[in-house]
Amino acid sequence: MSEEITFTDQNFKEEIKTGVVLVDFWAPWCGPCQQQGPVIEELAKEVENAKIGKLNVDNNQVTAQEFGVMSIPTLIIFKDGNPVETLVGVHKKEDLKKKIEAATK
Amino acid sequence: MPDIKQLIIIGSGPAGYTAGIYASRAQLKPLLFTGQEPGGQLTSTTEVENYPGFEQGIQGPELMQKFRKQAEKFGTEIIDSKIDKIDFSAKPFRVWSMDKEYQAKSIIIATGAQANWLGLKNETRLKGRGVSSCATCDGFFFKDKDVVVVGGGDVALEDSIFLTKFAKTVKIIHRRGCLRASEIMQKRAKENKKIEFIWNTDVIDVLGENKVQAVRVKNNQTNEETEIKCEGMFVAIGHHPSSEIFKDQIEVDKIKGYIIVHDETRTSVDGVFVAGDVADFKYRQAVTAAGMGCMAAIDAEKYLEDNK
Repeated sequence: MSEEITFTDQNFKEEIKTGVVLVDFWAPWCGPCQQQGPVIEELAKEVENAKIGKLNVDNNQVTAQEFGVMSIPTLIIFKDGNPVETLVGVHKKEDLKKKIEAATK
Repeated sequence: MPDIKQLIIIGSGPAGYTAGIYASRAQLKPLLFTGQEPGGQLTSTTEVENYPGFEQGIQGPELMQKFRKQAEKFGTEIIDSKIDKIDFSAKPFRVWSMDKEYQAKSIIIATGAQANWLGLKNETRLKGRGVSSCATCDGFFFKDKDVVVVGGGDVALEDSIFLTKFAKTVKIIHRRGCLRASEIMQKRAKENKKIEFIWNTDVIDVLGENKVQAVRVKNNQTNEETEIKCEGMFVAIGHHPSSEIFKDQIEVDKIKGYIIVHDETRTSVDGVFVAGDVADFKYRQAVTAAGMGCMAAIDAEKYLEDNK
């Protein structure tokens, strides 16, 4: 069991530096993000071998801009600091698990 | 074997939740599947000004939260997942979600409608890179940028007006020479200085390597092709009914796929009822969907009573 992480412009580089990390780029005013949010929380509890969390694009525009996020929710999977998969729109938990698994190999 | 429910409701827009409110108050203990977008189309809108009872207007997502809580209050059991497969050929009816089977004596289909895309190859490639169907989600990323909106209905105008809060300019590209949007929305859009209309024009391509840089358009009167520079393209060209999983077992209209309604809310299968935008090609309003959800619940209750 692990808790979901809150990413910010300040902690981002450090948090994604090693291993597999899934970041949910979201904002409170985005309807579809409200559907993705609970899925990410469950995923964080169920996945052991990856870090999982959210970044609020409203408060952390530098990071969102750096990775070219122009639509939310966008989910980016990082491996050792580099983006390996970008998913736009709401995604199901099982699909995300498969993507994370593929990235950890 | 799973328990046999009295009623399963498929969908969580105004139609589905209202059916839930009525059916749960009638002690049917309905099971409701939300589908992929809990709350439906209204969750990607902003202010809803025409839902009676909210004279100051209400935000779409907040309205849908209220619908949901009201359905839950009377005992509607809500599962946040999508129905992938159905079998309505025998009773009890069977449905599957994430490979789990559920059974019920009656069904209300309230799966609504989903946004249409233009169907261009580069449109798909650039989704999330400037191409969007949700202005309220993504407008924020277009501060001081030039964007285009494709469409001519209420949603297109509402999106355009919303986008003017962020964007430098908003060009509305419409394939006809006049709008089908309501008068009040037309007036607001035409008075907005950031909005410009481009009439009788089709978008034929979206250009850009890693993000949108322009759209290629063709005037359908003169056949003249030009490029419009923009960093965002918002598509608001209507919706199609979400009837795909039902079409082999329920009668749907062959051209557009709307579920065909017989006598108020009945479908071609006895015991299966329908409500909202999946059947309604004419009104398509939150309040009409809610009304039809109520009708479907009352019809289902009567059916269950008659077929005890």
